Amino acid sequence: MTEDISYGIIVNSVVEILKKAQTGLPQDVIDALRKAQAQESSSIAREQLEAILRNIDIAGRKKIPLCQDTGILIFFVEIGRAVKLDFDIEAAIIEGARVATECIPLRPNAVDPLTRHNTGTNTGEGIPDIKYEFVEGDQIRITAAPKGAGSENMSALKMFNPTEADRIREFVLETVLKAGGKPCPPIIVGIGIGGSFDKAARLSKLALLEDTNKMDGFEVSILKDINSLGIGPMGLGGDTTALAVHVKKACCHTASLPVAVNIQCWANRHASVTLGGVK
Amino acid sequence: MTEFHLSTPLSKSDLDQLSTGDIVYLTGTVLTARDEAHARILEFTERGEELPFDLEGAAIYHCGPLMEQKDNKWEVVAAGPTTSARMSKMTPRLLERYNVTALIGKGGMNNVAGPLKGKCVYLAFTGGCAALAAENIQKVETVYWSDLGMPEAVWVLKVKNFGPLIVGIDAKGNDLFAKIDEKARNIFSRLI
Repeated sequence: MTEDISYGIIVNSVVEILKKAQTGLPQDVIDALRKAQAQESSSIAREQLEAILRNIDIAGRKKIPLCQDTGILIFFVEIGRAVKLDFDIEAAIIEGARVATECIPLRPNAVDPLTRHNTGTNTGEGIPDIKYEFVEGDQIRITAAPKGAGSENMSALKMFNPTEADRIREFVLETVLKAGGKPCPPIIVGIGIGGSFDKAARLSKLALLEDTNKMDGFEVSILKDINSLGIGPMGLGGDTTALAVHVKKACCHTASLPVAVNIQCWANRHASVTLGGVK
Repeated sequence: MTEFHLSTPLSKSDLDQLSTGDIVYLTGTVLTARDEAHARILEFTERGEELPFDLEGAAIYHCGPLMEQKDNKWEVVAAGPTTSARMSKMTPRLLERYNVTALIGKGGMNNVAGPLKGKCVYLAFTGGCAALAAENIQKVETVYWSDLGMPEAVWVLKVKNFGPLIVGIDAKGNDLFAKIDEKARNIFSRLI
């Protein structure tokens, strides 16, 4: 029989995935950090990576957030076409975000963009940021991907001319160069190519959810260029400026070539839950 | 790359012996201040008003901590550094007026090596390491300007062996971040 998906189950699941995302990292990110630490040639860089690995260990043991910047709360929701919902799923996700802010706890980060008044709950007009997608099946999958401002502030988007695809590499490198130590390197670089102005940005963010250690030839070659810059962990110099580069594409207008570069700090926090389906 | 265990406020001889790339562990008192607190400090200065807290010899921590109130007392949950570059423009004016001896943050700052010379060092704590930082914060003494919200308020923290902090900018005019950045710029121009 099909497992029920209720308002309460969504609220609790959102709290759980936020707790998981905030207090630990996906194994592929930890593996990449360990590998970087083993291979670093700079002693300052090794010291930084050592501190990062110790921090991950402490946060996991104490069940406290890895970083005080617990981010703005972003959710990707995939809804199976066969799922029937008789309640307001958005209200449930927002309530989950509010409960998680109090009980984990999370730092209240959501403010009015102009008055800068802090809502105190990580919820408010347009926040959390929730994106829905319909997929095959009878399940709902919710992914929480909280995003800190240090790395988000260093991201960039450019509308290229259609004949300028050969300048994408330069744009990515320039974005990383300008960011320097500010986005908490080693970073993960999400690149969205095509779509539209906003779709390219969304693709670049989705690219950050990819397996850190799986890259194609193009992604590896950009990663190599980035690491040759020598910015290193925290901008203090070293071999590891980035852990990974991931690209996502979409068709775009024949007259345009949007490219978005979303920078992610080493704390690439995300966790998912799958609900419903035949049990 | 020498390791130092120092206490706040940093003395002139402490400042003189530190060079970029050295490691520091700090014990004593630090005050958190980021964007909004810096702006308000400068407003007070312009009006000629006294601050409610003392910045003489102070160590300013660019940090918006995650705090929890238990039995009417504030406790640190997580308190890593924030991006210091956002405070770059306001810092020279702050250093002109107050004798601040250490800035703690992450990612480096733009064009502050001059204003820091002879009086202050910039110490880099590993960004994102808020759980590690919290382990070395013993106590929340008090909080000022809580109307600015939890991240932007000025928190007075007692720290013990707080680090590892890397000397990013020393009091002799050297800036490690600027050096790395210049190298990266040269490599970039060769790559493209």
